[in-house]
Amino acid sequence: MQTKRTIFSNKGLPYLLLAPQLAVTIIFFIWPAAQAIKSSFEREDPFGLRTTFIWFDNYTRLFADPTYLNAFGRTLIFAVGVTFISMAIALLMAVAVNRLLRTGKIYTTLLVWPYAVAPVVAGILWWFMFNPSIGILPYVLGQFGINWNHRIVGNHAMILVIIAAAWKQISYNFLFFLAGLQSIPASLNEAAAIDGAGPFKRFWTIVFPLLSPTTFFLLIINVNYAMFDTFGVIDGTTSGGPNQATNILVYKVYADGFLGLNIGSSAAQSVILMLIVIGLVFVQFRYVERRVQY
Amino acid sequence: MVENRPWLNVATHLILIIGVAIVVFPVYIAFIASTQAPGTFYRSITPLLPGPSMIDNYWEMLTTGMSTAGAPPLWLMLINSTWMAIIITVGKISISIISAYAIVYFKFPFRTFAFWIIFITLMLPVEVRIIPTFAVVSDLGLLNSYVGLTLPLIASATATFLFRQFFLTVPDELMEAARVDGAGPIKFFKDILLPLSRTNIAALSVIMFIYGWVQYLWPLLVTTDSRYYTVVMGIKRLAARGDTEPQWNLIMAAVILAMLPPVLVVIFMQRLFVKGLVETEK
Repeated sequence: MQTKRTIFSNKGLPYLLLAPQLAVTIIFFIWPAAQAIKSSFEREDPFGLRTTFIWFDNYTRLFADPTYLNAFGRTLIFAVGVTFISMAIALLMAVAVNRLLRTGKIYTTLLVWPYAVAPVVAGILWWFMFNPSIGILPYVLGQFGINWNHRIVGNHAMILVIIAAAWKQISYNFLFFLAGLQSIPASLNEAAAIDGAGPFKRFWTIVFPLLSPTTFFLLIINVNYAMFDTFGVIDGTTSGGPNQATNILVYKVYADGFLGLNIGSSAAQSVILMLIVIGLVFVQFRYVERRVQY
Repeated sequence: MVENRPWLNVATHLILIIGVAIVVFPVYIAFIASTQAPGTFYRSITPLLPGPSMIDNYWEMLTTGMSTAGAPPLWLMLINSTWMAIIITVGKISISIISAYAIVYFKFPFRTFAFWIIFITLMLPVEVRIIPTFAVVSDLGLLNSYVGLTLPLIASATATFLFRQFFLTVPDELMEAARVDGAGPIKFFKDILLPLSRTNIAALSVIMFIYGWVQYLWPLLVTTDSRYYTVVMGIKRLAARGDTEPQWNLIMAAVILAMLPPVLVVIFMQRLFVKGLVETEK
Protein backbone atom coordinates (compact mmCIF):
# COMPACT_ATOMS: atom_id res chain seq x y z
CA MET A 1 0.00 0.00 0.00
CA GLN A 2 1.16 3.47 -0.87
CA THR A 3 2.96 5.51 1.74
CA LYS A 4 5.34 8.42 2.10
CA ARG A 5 9.02 8.38 1.07
CA THR A 6 10.03 9.19 4.62
CA ILE A 7 7.94 8.24 7.55
CA PHE A 8 7.82 8.84 11.25
CA SER A 9 9.38 6.01 13.19
CA ASN A 10 7.17 6.00 16.28
CA LYS A 11 6.08 2.54 17.28
CA GLY A 12 3.03 3.10 19.47
CA LEU A 13 1.63 6.35 18.10
CA PRO A 14 0.02 4.99 14.90
CA TYR A 15 -1.95 2.44 16.91
CA LEU A 16 -3.10 5.17 19.22
CA LEU A 17 -4.23 7.27 16.25
CA LEU A 18 -6.11 4.37 14.72
CA ALA A 19 -7.64 3.20 17.99
CA PRO A 20 -10.84 5.28 18.01
CA GLN A 21 -11.78 4.46 14.43
CA LEU A 22 -11.01 0.78 14.85
CA ALA A 23 -12.81 0.55 18.19
CA VAL A 24 -16.01 2.05 16.76
CA THR A 25 -15.75 -0.12 13.66
CA ILE A 26 -15.23 -3.34 15.58
CA ILE A 27 -17.81 -2.71 18.29
CA PHE A 28 -20.59 -1.28 16.16
CA PHE A 29 -19.95 -2.76 12.73
CA ILE A 30 -17.99 -5.98 12.70
CA TRP A 31 -19.21 -7.51 15.94
CA PRO A 32 -22.91 -6.95 15.12
CA ALA A 33 -22.37 -8.24 11.59
CA ALA A 34 -20.76 -11.37 13.01
CA GLN A 35 -23.71 -11.73 15.37
CA ALA A 36 -26.10 -11.45 12.45
CA ILE A 37 -24.25 -14.19 10.61
CA LYS A 38 -24.27 -16.36 13.73
CA SER A 39 -27.96 -15.96 14.46
CA SER A 40 -28.86 -16.55 10.84
CA PHE A 41 -27.87 -20.18 11.50
CA GLU A 42 -29.85 -20.44 14.72
CA ARG A 43 -33.40 -20.67 15.88
CA GLU A 44 -34.56 -19.12 19.13
CA ASP A 45 -37.45 -20.63 21.02
CA PRO A 46 -40.45 -18.32 21.60
CA PHE A 47 -39.31 -17.37 25.10
CA GLY A 48 -35.77 -16.54 24.06
CA LEU A 49 -34.37 -19.13 26.47
CA ARG A 50 -32.72 -21.56 24.14
CA THR A 51 -31.14 -21.28 20.74
CA THR A 52 -30.47 -24.23 18.53
CA PHE A 53 -28.07 -24.45 15.63
CA ILE A 54 -30.03 -25.29 12.51
CA TRP A 55 -27.58 -24.88 9.62
CA PHE A 56 -29.20 -23.27 6.59
CA ASP A 57 -32.78 -23.75 7.71
CA ASN A 58 -33.49 -20.03 7.96
CA TYR A 59 -32.23 -19.53 4.43
CA THR A 60 -34.11 -22.41 2.86
CA ARG A 61 -37.29 -21.26 4.58
CA LEU A 62 -36.76 -17.75 3.27
CA PHE A 63 -36.41 -18.85 -0.30
CA ALA A 64 -39.48 -21.04 0.05
CA ASP A 65 -41.43 -18.11 1.46
CA PRO A 66 -43.55 -16.37 -1.18
CA THR A 67 -43.57 -13.08 0.75
CA TYR A 68 -39.77 -12.99 0.67
CA LEU A 69 -39.63 -13.74 -3.03
CA ASN A 70 -42.28 -11.09 -3.50
CA ALA A 71 -40.07 -8.62 -1.59
CA PHE A 72 -37.23 -9.44 -3.98
CA GLY A 73 -39.40 -8.72 -6.98
CA ARG A 74 -40.75 -5.53 -5.44
CA THR A 75 -37.23 -4.35 -4.63
CA LEU A 76 -36.21 -4.96 -8.22
CA ILE A 77 -39.11 -2.91 -9.60
CA PHE A 78 -38.47 -0.19 -7.05
CA ALA A 79 -34.72 0.01 -7.66
CA VAL A 80 -35.06 0.02 -11.44
CA GLY A 81 -37.81 2.62 -11.29
CA VAL A 82 -35.98 4.96 -8.94
CA THR A 83 -32.67 4.63 -10.78
CA PHE A 84 -34.12 5.14 -14.23
CA ILE A 85 -36.41 8.07 -13.39
CA SER A 86 -33.93 10.01 -11.29
CA MET A 87 -31.04 9.47 -13.69
CA ALA A 88 -33.05 10.32 -16.80
CA ILE A 89 -34.40 13.58 -15.37
CA ALA A 90 -31.01 14.47 -13.91
CA LEU A 91 -29.24 13.88 -17.22
CA LEU A 92 -31.75 16.04 -19.07
CA MET A 93 -31.30 18.84 -16.53
CA ALA A 94 -27.52 18.56 -16.58
CA VAL A 95 -27.36 18.70 -20.38
CA ALA A 96 -29.62 21.74 -20.35
CA VAL A 97 -27.62 23.55 -17.66
CA ASN A 98 -24.40 22.71 -19.45
CA ARG A 99 -25.64 24.62 -22.53
CA LEU A 100 -26.09 27.80 -20.54
CA LEU A 101 -23.39 30.22 -19.59
CA ARG A 102 -24.49 32.53 -16.81
CA THR A 103 -27.99 31.45 -15.82
CA GLY A 104 -26.81 27.88 -15.31
CA LYS A 105 -25.67 28.71 -11.77
CA ILE A 106 -29.13 29.80 -10.71
CA TYR A 107 -30.74 26.65 -12.06
CA THR A 108 -28.07 24.56 -10.35
CA THR A 109 -28.86 26.10 -6.98
CA LEU A 110 -32.57 25.52 -7.52
CA LEU A 111 -31.98 21.88 -8.41
CA VAL A 112 -29.45 20.67 -5.82
CA TRP A 113 -31.07 21.35 -2.45
CA PRO A 114 -33.28 18.21 -2.29
CA TYR A 115 -30.08 16.33 -1.51
CA ALA A 116 -30.46 17.66 2.03
CA VAL A 117 -34.04 16.45 2.42
CA ALA A 118 -34.33 13.31 4.54
CA PRO A 119 -35.84 10.34 2.68
CA VAL A 120 -38.67 10.09 5.19
CA VAL A 121 -39.49 13.77 4.65
CA ALA A 122 -39.46 13.27 0.88
CA GLY A 123 -41.86 10.39 1.38
CA ILE A 124 -44.22 12.46 3.50
CA LEU A 125 -44.18 15.36 1.02
CA TRP A 126 -45.38 13.10 -1.79
CA TRP A 127 -47.69 11.15 0.51
CA PHE A 128 -49.43 14.45 1.18
CA MET A 129 -49.54 15.46 -2.48
CA PHE A 130 -51.06 12.10 -3.37
CA ASN A 131 -53.46 12.00 -0.41
CA PRO A 132 -56.63 10.50 -1.94
CA SER A 133 -59.04 12.87 -0.23
CA ILE A 134 -57.18 16.18 -0.02
CA GLY A 135 -54.12 15.83 -2.27
CA ILE A 136 -53.71 17.80 -5.44
CA LEU A 137 -52.49 15.05 -7.71
CA PRO A 138 -55.41 12.62 -7.15
CA TYR A 139 -57.70 15.53 -7.95
CA VAL A 140 -55.88 16.15 -11.24
CA LEU A 141 -55.74 12.43 -12.00
CA GLY A 142 -59.47 12.24 -11.24
CA GLN A 143 -60.09 14.65 -14.11
CA PHE A 144 -58.54 12.03 -16.38
CA GLY A 145 -60.71 9.32 -14.90
CA ILE A 146 -58.02 7.74 -12.74
CA ASN A 147 -59.26 6.86 -9.30
CA TRP A 148 -56.07 7.20 -7.27
CA ASN A 149 -55.85 5.37 -3.99
CA HIS A 150 -52.45 4.20 -2.78
CA ARG A 151 -53.97 2.84 0.42
CA ILE A 152 -55.73 0.08 -1.51
CA VAL A 153 -54.07 -0.26 -4.90
CA GLY A 154 -50.60 -1.78 -4.68
CA ASN A 155 -49.34 -0.31 -7.95
CA HIS A 156 -50.37 3.18 -6.90
CA ALA A 157 -48.41 2.79 -3.67
CA MET A 158 -45.39 1.57 -5.63
CA ILE A 159 -45.57 4.54 -8.02
CA LEU A 160 -45.82 6.88 -5.04
CA VAL A 161 -42.70 5.56 -3.30
CA ILE A 162 -40.74 5.41 -6.56
CA ILE A 163 -41.55 9.06 -7.30
CA ALA A 164 -40.70 10.15 -3.76
CA ALA A 165 -37.38 8.29 -3.73
CA ALA A 166 -36.44 9.40 -7.26
CA TRP A 167 -37.33 13.03 -6.55
CA LYS A 168 -34.80 13.21 -3.74
CA GLN A 169 -32.05 11.59 -5.79
CA ILE A 170 -32.28 13.89 -8.85
CA SER A 171 -30.04 16.50 -7.23
CA TYR A 172 -27.24 14.04 -6.61
CA ASN A 173 -27.29 12.58 -10.12
CA PHE A 174 -27.57 16.04 -11.60
CA LEU A 175 -24.36 17.24 -9.92
CA PHE A 176 -22.37 14.23 -11.08
CA PHE A 177 -23.71 14.39 -14.63
CA LEU A 178 -22.93 18.09 -14.75
CA ALA A 179 -19.38 17.48 -13.54
CA GLY A 180 -19.03 14.73 -16.14
CA LEU A 181 -20.33 16.95 -18.94
CA GLN A 182 -18.03 19.79 -17.99
CA SER A 183 -15.01 17.54 -18.21
CA ILE A 184 -15.73 16.70 -21.87
CA PRO A 185 -13.55 18.97 -24.01
CA ALA A 186 -15.54 21.51 -26.02
CA SER A 187 -13.26 20.91 -29.01
CA LEU A 188 -14.85 17.50 -29.65
CA ASN A 189 -18.28 19.05 -29.87
CA GLU A 190 -17.02 21.88 -32.04
CA ALA A 191 -15.28 19.52 -34.45
CA ALA A 192 -18.46 17.49 -34.83
CA ALA A 193 -20.49 20.65 -35.36
CA ILE A 194 -18.15 21.75 -38.14
CA ASP A 195 -18.64 18.35 -39.73
CA GLY A 196 -22.33 19.11 -39.76
CA ALA A 197 -23.63 17.05 -36.83
CA GLY A 198 -26.70 18.57 -35.17
CA PRO A 199 -27.13 18.88 -31.39
CA PHE A 200 -29.01 15.59 -30.97
CA LYS A 201 -26.62 13.61 -33.10
CA ARG A 202 -23.70 15.13 -31.21
CA PHE A 203 -25.26 14.19 -27.90
CA TRP A 204 -25.86 10.54 -28.78
CA THR A 205 -22.64 9.91 -30.68
CA ILE A 206 -20.15 11.96 -28.66
CA VAL A 207 -21.39 13.25 -25.35
CA PHE A 208 -23.35 10.24 -24.14
CA PRO A 209 -20.59 7.67 -24.84
CA LEU A 210 -17.98 9.90 -23.19
CA LEU A 211 -20.26 10.21 -20.20
CA SER A 212 -20.50 6.46 -19.72
CA PRO A 213 -18.06 6.23 -16.77
CA THR A 214 -20.21 8.73 -14.87
CA THR A 215 -23.37 6.92 -15.90
CA PHE A 216 -22.02 3.59 -14.74
CA PHE A 217 -20.84 5.03 -11.44
CA LEU A 218 -24.25 6.60 -10.85
CA LEU A 219 -25.98 3.37 -11.76
CA ILE A 220 -24.23 1.57 -8.91
CA ILE A 221 -24.76 4.42 -6.45
CA ASN A 222 -28.44 4.69 -7.32
CA VAL A 223 -29.12 0.99 -6.98
CA ASN A 224 -27.38 1.15 -3.62
CA TYR A 225 -29.46 4.18 -2.65
CA ALA A 226 -32.73 2.59 -3.75
CA MET A 227 -31.99 -0.61 -1.87
CA PHE A 228 -30.74 0.77 1.42
CA ASP A 229 -31.24 4.48 1.93
CA THR A 230 -34.92 4.48 1.10
CA PHE A 231 -36.00 2.84 4.33
CA GLY A 232 -37.40 6.19 5.45
CA VAL A 233 -39.45 6.64 2.29
CA ILE A 234 -41.23 3.34 2.91
CA ASP A 235 -41.55 3.65 6.66
CA GLY A 236 -42.83 7.22 6.46
CA THR A 237 -45.52 6.37 3.94
CA THR A 238 -46.81 2.90 3.08
CA SER A 239 -45.04 0.78 5.72
CA GLY A 240 -44.68 -1.92 3.09
CA GLY A 241 -48.36 -2.06 2.23
CA PRO A 242 -50.92 -2.34 0.88
CA ASN A 243 -50.75 -6.12 0.93
CA GLN A 244 -46.91 -6.25 0.74
CA ALA A 245 -46.86 -4.22 -2.48
CA THR A 246 -44.05 -1.92 -1.32
CA ASN A 247 -42.34 -4.25 1.13
CA ILE A 248 -38.79 -3.92 -0.16
CA LEU A 249 -36.00 -6.07 1.28
CA VAL A 250 -34.53 -3.49 3.64
CA TYR A 251 -37.94 -2.75 5.08
CA LYS A 252 -38.72 -6.43 5.50
CA VAL A 253 -35.56 -6.98 7.56
CA TYR A 254 -36.74 -4.30 9.93
CA ALA A 255 -40.39 -5.39 9.97
CA ASP A 256 -39.62 -9.08 10.51
CA GLY A 257 -36.90 -8.54 13.07
CA PHE A 258 -37.94 -5.49 15.02
CA LEU A 259 -41.70 -5.59 14.75
CA GLY A 260 -42.24 -9.32 14.11
CA LEU A 261 -39.39 -10.43 16.40
CA ASN A 262 -38.42 -13.27 14.10
CA ILE A 263 -34.71 -12.96 14.85
CA GLY A 264 -33.40 -15.92 12.86
CA SER A 265 -35.22 -15.05 9.67
CA SER A 266 -34.35 -11.37 9.96
CA ALA A 267 -30.69 -12.25 10.50
CA ALA A 268 -30.68 -14.45 7.42
CA GLN A 269 -32.20 -11.59 5.45
CA SER A 270 -29.50 -9.27 6.83
CA VAL A 271 -26.81 -11.61 5.62
CA ILE A 272 -28.33 -11.77 2.14
CA LEU A 273 -28.45 -7.96 2.05
CA MET A 274 -24.84 -7.81 3.21
CA LEU A 275 -23.85 -10.00 0.29
CA ILE A 276 -25.68 -7.64 -2.05
CA VAL A 277 -23.88 -4.60 -0.63
CA ILE A 278 -20.54 -6.37 -0.81
CA GLY A 279 -21.26 -7.14 -4.45
CA LEU A 280 -22.15 -3.53 -5.18
CA VAL A 281 -19.09 -2.15 -3.37
CA PHE A 282 -16.90 -4.66 -5.16
CA VAL A 283 -18.23 -3.62 -8.57
CA GLN A 284 -17.88 0.04 -7.64
CA PHE A 285 -14.25 -0.24 -6.58
CA ARG A 286 -13.17 -2.82 -9.10
CA TYR A 287 -14.64 -1.24 -12.20
CA VAL A 288 -15.59 2.29 -11.33
CA GLU A 289 -12.80 3.69 -9.20
CA ARG A 290 -10.58 4.40 -12.13
CA ARG A 291 -13.09 6.82 -13.53
CA VAL A 292 -11.89 8.05 -16.87
CA GLN A 293 -10.49 11.57 -16.75
CA TYR A 294 -10.52 13.42 -20.03
CA MET B 1 -21.90 26.94 -26.99
CA VAL B 2 -21.11 25.63 -30.41
CA GLU B 3 -23.66 27.31 -32.62
CA ASN B 4 -26.56 29.68 -32.19
CA ARG B 5 -29.90 27.93 -32.30
CA PRO B 6 -32.55 30.19 -30.82
CA TRP B 7 -35.22 27.48 -30.63
CA LEU B 8 -32.92 25.16 -28.76
CA ASN B 9 -32.16 27.92 -26.28
CA VAL B 10 -35.85 28.44 -25.65
CA ALA B 11 -36.30 24.70 -25.23
CA THR B 12 -33.37 24.58 -22.79
CA HIS B 13 -34.93 27.15 -20.52
CA LEU B 14 -38.33 25.55 -20.85
CA ILE B 15 -36.98 22.14 -19.83
CA LEU B 16 -35.13 23.63 -16.89
CA ILE B 17 -38.14 25.60 -15.70
CA ILE B 18 -40.29 22.47 -15.83
CA GLY B 19 -37.55 20.54 -14.02
CA VAL B 20 -37.22 23.15 -11.30
CA ALA B 21 -41.00 23.23 -10.98
CA ILE B 22 -41.10 19.46 -10.43
CA VAL B 23 -38.36 19.72 -7.82
CA VAL B 24 -39.87 22.69 -6.00
CA PHE B 25 -43.58 21.87 -6.25
CA PRO B 26 -43.88 19.39 -3.34
CA VAL B 27 -42.18 21.82 -1.01
CA TYR B 28 -44.32 24.70 -2.23
CA ILE B 29 -47.45 22.67 -1.51
CA ALA B 30 -46.10 21.73 1.91
CA PHE B 31 -45.45 25.38 2.67
CA ILE B 32 -48.92 26.42 1.50
CA ALA B 33 -50.46 23.67 3.62
CA SER B 34 -48.48 24.87 6.62
CA THR B 35 -50.10 28.31 6.42
CA GLN B 36 -53.71 27.09 6.42
CA ALA B 37 -56.16 27.63 9.24
CA PRO B 38 -57.11 24.60 11.37
CA GLY B 39 -59.92 22.62 9.83
CA THR B 40 -59.05 23.45 6.22
CA PHE B 41 -58.32 19.84 5.47
CA TYR B 42 -61.66 18.56 6.69
CA ARG B 43 -63.36 20.02 3.67
CA SER B 44 -61.47 20.17 0.46
CA ILE B 45 -58.30 19.53 -1.45
CA THR B 46 -55.14 21.45 -0.61
CA PRO B 47 -55.39 25.11 -1.60
CA LEU B 48 -52.76 26.56 -3.93
CA LEU B 49 -52.41 29.92 -2.19
CA PRO B 50 -51.22 30.72 1.34
CA GLY B 51 -53.71 30.81 4.16
CA PRO B 52 -53.88 33.11 7.19
CA SER B 53 -52.38 30.95 9.96
CA MET B 54 -48.69 30.66 9.14
CA ILE B 55 -47.38 32.24 12.32
CA ASP B 56 -49.89 30.45 14.56
CA ASN B 57 -49.08 27.05 13.10
CA TYR B 58 -45.33 27.40 13.33
CA TRP B 59 -45.52 28.88 16.79
CA GLU B 60 -47.76 26.09 18.00
CA MET B 61 -45.49 23.37 16.61
CA LEU B 62 -42.33 24.97 17.94
CA THR B 63 -43.59 25.59 21.46
CA THR B 64 -46.16 22.92 22.28
CA GLY B 65 -46.02 20.41 19.44
CA MET B 66 -48.80 17.99 18.70
CA SER B 67 -49.60 16.47 22.06
CA THR B 68 -51.97 13.88 20.60
CA ALA B 69 -49.12 12.35 18.61
CA GLY B 70 -46.97 11.92 21.71
CA ALA B 71 -44.17 14.02 20.26
CA PRO B 72 -42.38 16.77 22.17
CA PRO B 73 -42.35 20.39 21.00
CA LEU B 74 -40.41 20.90 17.83
CA TRP B 75 -37.76 23.18 19.31
CA LEU B 76 -36.56 20.29 21.46
CA MET B 77 -36.35 17.93 18.49
CA LEU B 78 -34.58 20.59 16.43
CA ILE B 79 -31.99 21.01 19.15
CA ASN B 80 -31.53 17.24 19.37
CA SER B 81 -31.07 17.03 15.62
CA THR B 82 -28.57 19.87 15.65
CA TRP B 83 -26.55 18.19 18.39
CA MET B 84 -26.68 14.87 16.66
CA ALA B 85 -25.54 16.34 13.34
CA ILE B 86 -22.74 18.35 14.95
CA ILE B 87 -21.44 15.49 17.09
CA ILE B 88 -21.46 13.14 14.11
CA THR B 89 -19.67 15.70 11.93
CA VAL B 90 -16.96 16.47 14.45
CA GLY B 91 -16.60 12.82 15.48
CA LYS B 92 -16.36 11.45 11.97
CA ILE B 93 -13.85 14.02 10.83
CA SER B 94 -11.67 13.73 13.94
CA ILE B 95 -11.35 9.98 13.98
CA SER B 96 -10.97 9.74 10.21
CA ILE B 97 -8.28 12.37 9.90
CA ILE B 98 -6.09 10.82 12.59
CA SER B 99 -6.51 7.31 11.24
CA ALA B 100 -5.66 8.50 7.73
CA TYR B 101 -2.59 10.21 9.21
CA ALA B 102 -1.52 6.94 10.86
CA ILE B 103 -1.97 4.99 7.64
CA VAL B 104 -0.09 7.43 5.41
CA TYR B 105 2.73 8.70 7.62
CA PHE B 106 3.66 5.58 9.58
CA LYS B 107 4.72 2.05 8.79
CA PHE B 108 3.73 -0.58 11.29
CA PRO B 109 2.65 -4.19 11.41
CA PHE B 110 -1.03 -4.75 10.48
CA ARG B 111 -1.23 -1.45 8.61
CA THR B 112 -2.94 -2.97 5.60
CA PHE B 113 -5.14 -5.02 7.90
CA ALA B 114 -6.30 -1.86 9.70
CA PHE B 115 -7.02 -0.27 6.35
CA TRP B 116 -9.22 -3.21 5.36
CA ILE B 117 -11.13 -3.15 8.61
CA ILE B 118 -12.00 0.47 7.96
CA PHE B 119 -12.90 -0.38 4.36
CA ILE B 120 -15.36 -3.04 5.54
CA THR B 121 -17.60 -0.39 7.13
CA LEU B 122 -18.64 0.55 3.60
CA MET B 123 -20.15 -2.89 3.24
CA LEU B 124 -22.17 -2.84 6.44
CA PRO B 125 -24.77 -0.06 6.37
CA VAL B 126 -26.85 0.08 9.53
CA GLU B 127 -29.90 -1.17 7.64
CA VAL B 128 -28.41 -4.64 7.23
CA ARG B 129 -27.41 -5.19 10.86
CA ILE B 130 -30.24 -3.54 12.69
CA ILE B 131 -30.94 -5.99 15.47
CA PRO B 132 -27.41 -6.98 16.57
CA THR B 133 -26.27 -3.34 16.55
CA PHE B 134 -29.27 -2.41 18.61
CA ALA B 135 -28.39 -5.24 21.00
CA VAL B 136 -24.82 -3.98 21.39
CA VAL B 137 -25.96 -0.43 22.09
CA SER B 138 -28.57 -1.64 24.52
CA ASP B 139 -26.05 -3.88 26.34
CA LEU B 140 -23.73 -0.92 26.70
CA GLY B 141 -26.59 1.03 28.28
CA LEU B 142 -26.52 3.67 25.57
CA LEU B 143 -30.20 3.73 24.60
CA ASN B 144 -31.75 7.17 24.96
CA SER B 145 -28.51 9.11 25.05
CA TYR B 146 -26.57 11.32 22.68
CA VAL B 147 -23.71 8.85 22.81
CA GLY B 148 -25.96 6.05 21.64
CA LEU B 149 -27.40 8.26 18.92
CA THR B 150 -24.07 9.27 17.49
CA LEU B 151 -21.19 6.97 18.43
CA PRO B 152 -22.24 3.98 16.28
CA LEU B 153 -22.48 6.26 13.24
CA ILE B 154 -19.13 8.00 13.41
CA ALA B 155 -16.94 5.34 11.84
CA SER B 156 -16.40 6.50 8.30
CA ALA B 157 -14.48 4.82 5.55
CA THR B 158 -15.22 7.53 3.00
CA ALA B 159 -13.81 10.31 5.15
CA THR B 160 -10.72 8.25 5.92
CA PHE B 161 -10.18 7.57 2.21
CA LEU B 162 -10.62 11.22 1.35
CA PHE B 163 -8.00 12.33 3.87
CA ARG B 164 -5.69 9.52 2.82
CA GLN B 165 -5.94 10.63 -0.81
CA PHE B 166 -5.30 14.19 0.19
CA PHE B 167 -2.30 13.35 2.41
CA LEU B 168 -0.74 11.38 -0.42
CA THR B 169 -0.78 14.54 -2.56
CA VAL B 170 0.98 16.61 0.11
CA PRO B 171 4.65 16.94 -1.00
CA ASP B 172 7.07 14.72 0.92
CA GLU B 173 9.46 17.66 1.22
CA LEU B 174 7.15 19.35 3.71
CA MET B 175 7.49 16.50 6.11
CA GLU B 176 11.24 16.17 5.55
CA ALA B 177 11.73 19.87 6.17
CA ALA B 178 9.63 19.69 9.31
CA ARG B 179 11.71 16.80 10.56
CA VAL B 180 14.97 18.59 9.84
CA ASP B 181 13.64 21.45 11.91
CA GLY B 182 12.99 19.02 14.72
CA ALA B 183 9.21 18.73 14.55
CA GLY B 184 7.76 15.47 15.84
CA PRO B 185 4.71 13.72 14.40
CA ILE B 186 2.23 15.55 16.63
CA LYS B 187 3.64 18.96 15.86
CA PHE B 188 3.80 18.24 12.13
CA PHE B 189 0.18 17.13 12.15
CA LYS B 190 -1.03 20.10 14.18
CA ASP B 191 0.97 22.88 12.56
CA ILE B 192 1.29 21.74 8.96
CA LEU B 193 -1.11 19.01 7.93
CA LEU B 194 -4.19 20.28 9.72
CA PRO B 195 -4.01 23.82 8.30
CA LEU B 196 -3.45 22.35 4.82
CA SER B 197 -6.57 20.21 5.20
CA ARG B 198 -8.83 23.12 6.04
CA THR B 199 -10.79 23.18 2.78
CA ASN B 200 -11.24 19.43 2.78
CA ILE B 201 -12.44 19.50 6.36
CA ALA B 202 -14.93 22.25 5.56
CA ALA B 203 -16.26 20.47 2.48
CA LEU B 204 -16.59 17.21 4.35
CA SER B 205 -18.31 18.93 7.27
CA VAL B 206 -21.12 20.07 5.02
CA ILE B 207 -21.72 16.52 3.77
CA MET B 208 -21.45 14.99 7.23
CA PHE B 209 -23.77 17.55 8.77
CA ILE B 210 -26.44 16.63 6.25
CA TYR B 211 -25.73 12.94 6.79
CA GLY B 212 -26.20 13.36 10.52
CA TRP B 213 -29.31 15.47 10.18
CA VAL B 214 -31.22 13.12 7.87
CA GLN B 215 -30.57 9.98 9.94
CA TYR B 216 -33.87 8.23 10.45
CA LEU B 217 -33.67 4.52 11.19
CA TRP B 218 -31.03 4.76 13.88
CA PRO B 219 -32.75 7.42 16.06
CA LEU B 220 -35.98 5.47 15.57
CA LEU B 221 -34.36 2.42 17.16
CA VAL B 222 -32.37 3.90 20.01
CA THR B 223 -34.74 6.56 21.32
CA THR B 224 -37.87 5.63 23.19
CA ASP B 225 -37.70 8.62 25.48
CA SER B 226 -39.26 11.59 23.70
CA ARG B 227 -36.62 13.91 25.15
CA TYR B 228 -34.13 12.43 22.69
CA TYR B 229 -36.33 12.43 19.58
CA THR B 230 -34.77 14.01 16.53
CA VAL B 231 -36.96 16.04 14.24
CA VAL B 232 -36.65 13.75 11.22
CA MET B 233 -37.84 10.71 13.12
CA GLY B 234 -40.41 12.66 15.13
CA ILE B 235 -42.15 13.70 11.94
CA LYS B 236 -43.26 10.20 11.17
CA ARG B 237 -45.24 10.03 14.38
CA LEU B 238 -47.01 13.21 13.33
CA ALA B 239 -47.69 11.98 9.81
CA ALA B 240 -49.18 8.76 11.10
CA ARG B 241 -51.75 11.01 12.79
CA GLY B 242 -52.47 12.92 9.63
CA ASP B 243 -54.63 10.18 8.26
CA THR B 244 -56.96 10.08 11.23
CA GLU B 245 -56.99 13.69 12.40
CA PRO B 246 -56.46 16.04 9.50
CA GLN B 247 -54.03 18.47 11.07
CA TRP B 248 -51.92 18.65 7.97
CA ASN B 249 -51.34 22.36 8.51
CA LEU B 250 -49.38 21.55 11.66
CA ILE B 251 -47.66 18.51 10.23
CA MET B 252 -46.45 20.44 7.20
CA ALA B 253 -45.15 23.22 9.42
CA ALA B 254 -43.05 20.56 11.14
CA VAL B 255 -41.94 19.16 7.78
CA ILE B 256 -40.79 22.58 6.60
CA LEU B 257 -38.90 23.21 9.84
CA ALA B 258 -37.23 19.79 9.65
CA MET B 259 -36.04 20.44 6.10
CA LEU B 260 -34.92 23.99 6.52
CA PRO B 261 -31.56 23.74 8.34
CA PRO B 262 -29.79 21.25 6.03
CA VAL B 263 -31.32 22.81 2.91
CA LEU B 264 -30.02 26.22 3.95
CA VAL B 265 -26.60 24.68 4.53
CA VAL B 266 -26.60 23.34 0.96
CA ILE B 267 -27.79 26.60 -0.55
CA PHE B 268 -25.41 28.88 1.31
CA MET B 269 -22.38 26.60 1.19
CA GLN B 270 -23.00 25.30 -2.29
CA ARG B 271 -19.39 25.43 -3.38
CA LEU B 272 -18.16 23.44 -0.38
CA PHE B 273 -21.12 21.10 -0.68
CA VAL B 274 -20.37 20.25 -4.30
CA LYS B 275 -16.68 19.79 -3.55
CA GLY B 276 -17.44 17.54 -0.60
CA LEU B 277 -19.97 15.48 -2.49
CA VAL B 278 -17.89 14.94 -5.60
CA GLU B 279 -14.74 14.12 -3.65
CA THR B 280 -16.13 11.75 -1.05
CA GLU B 281 -17.95 9.63 -3.58
CA LYS B 282 -15.06 8.91 -5.88
